[in-house]
Amino acid sequence: MRLDPWIVLAIVSMALATYATRAGGYWLFSRFDPPQAVRIMLSYVPGTLFVSFVTPSIINGGVKEWIGAVATLLVATRTKSPAWPIAIGTGAAWIIFEMR
Amino acid sequence: MNNSAGVPSPHVTVSLEGVRRGARAISPVLVGQLPYATVVGLSAQAHGFSMLEAALMSGLMFAGAAQLLALGAWVYPPPIFGTTLAATMVNLRFVLMGPLMAPWMDHLRGWKRWGLLFFLVDNAWAMSVQEIEKGKRDAGFLLGAGLVLWFFWVTGTMAGFLVGDFVAPPPGHPLFFAALAVFIAMLVPLWKGRRDILPWITAAATAALVSHLMPGTAWHVVAGAIAGSFVGLLQTWAGKAYAA
Repeated sequence: MRLDPWIVLAIVSMALATYATRAGGYWLFSRFDPPQAVRIMLSYVPGTLFVSFVTPSIINGGVKEWIGAVATLLVATRTKSPAWPIAIGTGAAWIIFEMR
Repeated sequence: MNNSAGVPSPHVTVSLEGVRRGARAISPVLVGQLPYATVVGLSAQAHGFSMLEAALMSGLMFAGAAQLLALGAWVYPPPIFGTTLAATMVNLRFVLMGPLMAPWMDHLRGWKRWGLLFFLVDNAWAMSVQEIEKGKRDAGFLLGAGLVLWFFWVTGTMAGFLVGDFVAPPPGHPLFFAALAVFIAMLVPLWKGRRDILPWITAAATAALVSHLMPGTAWHVVAGAIAGSFVGLLQTWAGKAYAA
């Protein structure tokens, strides 16, 4: 089976960075008290990051992505299950895709 | 955070019994994780990964959000620095999660401490925090929960890869919307109310602008997150000034 050196390099680099966040947070916070400003900014990171990821894809998408996004959001606000919003959102996008 | 100072060291173990308890406790979560792993495998296949590369990615990274993000902005050859930085940003939440494991980790040494931290994933972490709060001292719980999630994460990725191989959906096929839907659905539990309005609008606008200026890269994710979080910081400071 193929192992492309560029892909493996990217994977290993991302894996090391990921482990660094897992071990580094424990290591760092057990030694230093980070400044309040850093803590506040970190508390905003998850939300703003995912917003930044989805916005361009939705804007550059078409009706299929718009309807799918709305359906995913609607289901996600009504259930705690991680699977249903994905399934129904994708289903909605698929229906639009087949209709056009 | 570090409560070892001055406190008599409690005996923290990593026992097989704890591993079993963790594995049992985490099992219901697999229902939610498997479709997610399938989407990762499907996206990897669509971006020209071999099955071995897809399995390697899931096995070494073990971080769904970072993997999907990297695959969503995948180009070949991959810009190593940009993709690594984006993965780090997505995983910054782990930086905040790690310190809560201190009651266990402070009393472990060597491979036990640094090996167990590899299994710091959202669900295993959340359940371990509850164990710590109950006063349990068996860190095997995190290992058991993490190992089960890891095994099904890698096999689920491979299953998704085979689905992609078999169905071979063309680019633009609605199946790939699933990868985007994962993140859209994630926004709902992350929304904490009015405090998020300005930071999220800033993030969206910045990301849209940067992706327009630098298409085919992951910089819009980094730029949007930094700009949005900075506005959050300014807003917190301003709010304190008004409240005082």
